[in-house]
Amino acid sequence: MNILETFRIALSSLLSNKMRSLLTMLGIIIGVASVIALQSIGQGTIDTAQKKLQQAGTNLVTVSPNSQSFGGIVLNSSNTNLTLEDADAMQDTNRITKASAVSAEVQAGGQIVAGSKNTFGLAIGTTQDWLNVRDATLASGEWFTEADVSSSRSVAVLGSQVATTLFGEEDAVGKTIRVNRISFTVVAVMNPKGGTGFGSLDSQIYVPITTAQKRLSGFRPGGSSGTGKTVSNIIAKATDPDSVDLLISQMTDLLRERHKINGTNDDFKIVNQQDQLQAAKDQQATYNTFLIVIASISLFVGGIGIMNIMLVTVTERTREIGIRKAIGAKPFDILFQFMIESITICFVGGLIGVVVGIGASYIVDIIYQHTVLSTPIIIIAVGFAVIVGLFFGIYPARRASRLNPIDALRYE
Amino acid sequence: MIEVRDITKTYWMGDVEVQALRGTTFTVHDGELIAIMGPSGSGKSTLMNVLGCLDQPTTGSYKIDGEEVADLTDNRLAEIRNLKIGFVFQSFNLLPKLSALQNVELPMLYAGLFSRGERQDRAMAALDAVGLGDRVHHKPKELSGGQQQRVAIARSLVNDPTIILADEPTGNLDSKSSIEIMGIFQRLNYEQGITIIFVTHEPDVAAYTRRIVRIRDGVIAADELVADQSYAYLPAAEHNMLALSDMEASALTETH
Repeated sequence: MNILETFRIALSSLLSNKMRSLLTMLGIIIGVASVIALQSIGQGTIDTAQKKLQQAGTNLVTVSPNSQSFGGIVLNSSNTNLTLEDADAMQDTNRITKASAVSAEVQAGGQIVAGSKNTFGLAIGTTQDWLNVRDATLASGEWFTEADVSSSRSVAVLGSQVATTLFGEEDAVGKTIRVNRISFTVVAVMNPKGGTGFGSLDSQIYVPITTAQKRLSGFRPGGSSGTGKTVSNIIAKATDPDSVDLLISQMTDLLRERHKINGTNDDFKIVNQQDQLQAAKDQQATYNTFLIVIASISLFVGGIGIMNIMLVTVTERTREIGIRKAIGAKPFDILFQFMIESITICFVGGLIGVVVGIGASYIVDIIYQHTVLSTPIIIIAVGFAVIVGLFFGIYPARRASRLNPIDALRYE
Repeated sequence: MIEVRDITKTYWMGDVEVQALRGTTFTVHDGELIAIMGPSGSGKSTLMNVLGCLDQPTTGSYKIDGEEVADLTDNRLAEIRNLKIGFVFQSFNLLPKLSALQNVELPMLYAGLFSRGERQDRAMAALDAVGLGDRVHHKPKELSGGQQQRVAIARSLVNDPTIILADEPTGNLDSKSSIEIMGIFQRLNYEQGITIIFVTHEPDVAAYTRRIVRIRDGVIAADELVADQSYAYLPAAEHNMLALSDMEASALTETH
C-alpha cells in the first residue's frame, strides 16, 4: 500500500466530513497560529527596542537619579539629586578620562506652536555637547553655543519631524516658535535619526538647559525642592566600546564623592546601552520560554481532541476496516491508514494555523506595532503539529489495526 | 485444494459456550463448484469464516494448497485472503465512498504488485467481465443490488484468486438478478477454472452447483453430487460436466 494512495484516502475522508475535520483541527490551528503570531509580535517588540537603543549610540552611558534608602527606609524619593554641576564636574578630563563628550538633559514639554501650526512634543534642555554625545547631525543651522547656555538664550534646535510638521519644506532656521507661550528662535534643524513615536529624537526640540530650567519652569523636575539646577539625567559617550565599563566606574567614583556617599547606597544609577540590549535579550528569552509553554499546552489539548475524534472514527468505520481486512489489508496497512489520517489532520491544521498566524501578524504590524516573522519558528510549529498527530494517532490506529475481521464485518 | 480435517470451533457468547463446529472433515479440489448448505445456526457461517482465513479453528487441521493455516501469521493470512481467496458477501460490502472502479482496485492496492496504470486496466477488465464496463465511476449507492454484487464479484476476481467464497450471494437480490449472478459464477468456474464455494440455505442456489455439502449442528450431514444441475450459463456445459464428474466422485470417496 503506497503512501500517496493512503494520503489521498486520508484527505478524501477528511473532506467528506468537513465540519468535523475543521473542529478537530481547531486546537492545532489555534496552537500553531498563536505561536507564530505571538512570536512575531515579541520579536518585533525586541527589535524595536534594540533599534532604539542602537540609534541612541552604543557607547552611550546614562546617569539617572535613584531613590536612596537606609535600612530599608526610602530616605529621598525625589529626583533632585543630579545637578548641572555634577555634569560640569565630569568635563574634568583628568578624572573622567574615557568620556569623549558629556552632556545633561532636563525634560520639559508641551505645545509647540509656529504660526497656525502646532504639535505636542518634549522640549529637552541640554548643553552644547549634546550633538556629540548622541551622534546626531544637523541638516541646517548651528547647534547653540556655550554662550547661549550660560546666558539662557531662547534658542531652539528642532528634531526633523517637528520641523516638517511645523514648517513643511520651508527652512525653519531663523523662524520663531513658541513653547508654552515663550518664544524661541530656531537656530538649527536636525537630520532624521530614525525611530518613531513619542520619545523619538526626531519628535523633540532642544533648547539650552539653563533656559529650560528657568523659563519652562512648570516642567522643572523636582518641583519646589529643586535648586533650579537639577537635571533629569546626565549622558556621556565613551571613547570606544571597550571603555564603557571604565567610564562607568570613573563616573560612579566622582558622583559618590560629590554626593558624599560611602559604600553602595547610591542615589543615582548608571546604565549603558549594552546592558539595556542584554536586558532586552534576556526579556526575549523569558518571553520565548513562556511562549513554548503556552504552545505546548495548546497543542497537547488539540492532540487530545484529535485522539478523541480518531477513536470515534475508528468505531464508525469498523465495518470498513472489516471489509479492508477481508480483502487482504494487513494490520500494518490499517495502522498506517489511520496514522496518516491523524497526521494529515494535524498537518493541514498546522498549515491553516500558519496562514492564520501570518495573517494575524500582518494585521498587528499594520494597526499596532512592528512584527517580525521567523521561518524557523513556522517550520518548528508545523513540525510539532505533525508530531502531535503522530503521537495521539497511535492509540486509535492500533485499535483499528487489531480489530478482529469477523467482528468488524458483522458490525452494523 | 482445500483440506479440512476434523476441525472444531468453540466460542463464547456471553456465558454460553457455543460449539459451532464439532469435527468437520471434507476436501474441495481445484475447479469445483460447490455449495455448503445448512439451516441457520448449523455452523456454516463459522465454517465459511474458517475457510476464508478470517478465523482460526479451535482444533483440527485446515490446509489451503498444502499450507497449514493454524501455523500462519496474521500477515500471511492477510496475504492469502488477498491473493488466493475472493470474497463475495450477501450484503456486498463495498466501500460506500469509493467508486466501482476504486472498490475493484482495492485488493490490488493491498497486494502492491501493480502500478497505478496496471491497476486501473485490470479493474476495468474485471468490471467488463461482469458486464459493468459502462458504470465504473458510479458509487455503490448509485447502483442496483445486482450491479453492486457484480462490482463485488469483480473485486473478488481482480487478484486472480484460486478460490471464490460466496456467502449467500443472492440473498439480497431479486430472482432475475440472482440468475444473472449465478451465471457469472458458473462462467468463471467453467472458463477460468476458479474453485467456487457457496454458503447458502437456498436450494435454488445450490442447484446451480455440482456438489452439495450439507452441514447440521456443526458436523457434515451429507455430501452429494447434484443430480439435476441448473444452468445460468450454457457453452458446452455438458462436456464440462463429464470432464469433472470423475474427480468429484473421488472427492466423495475421500471424505467418507
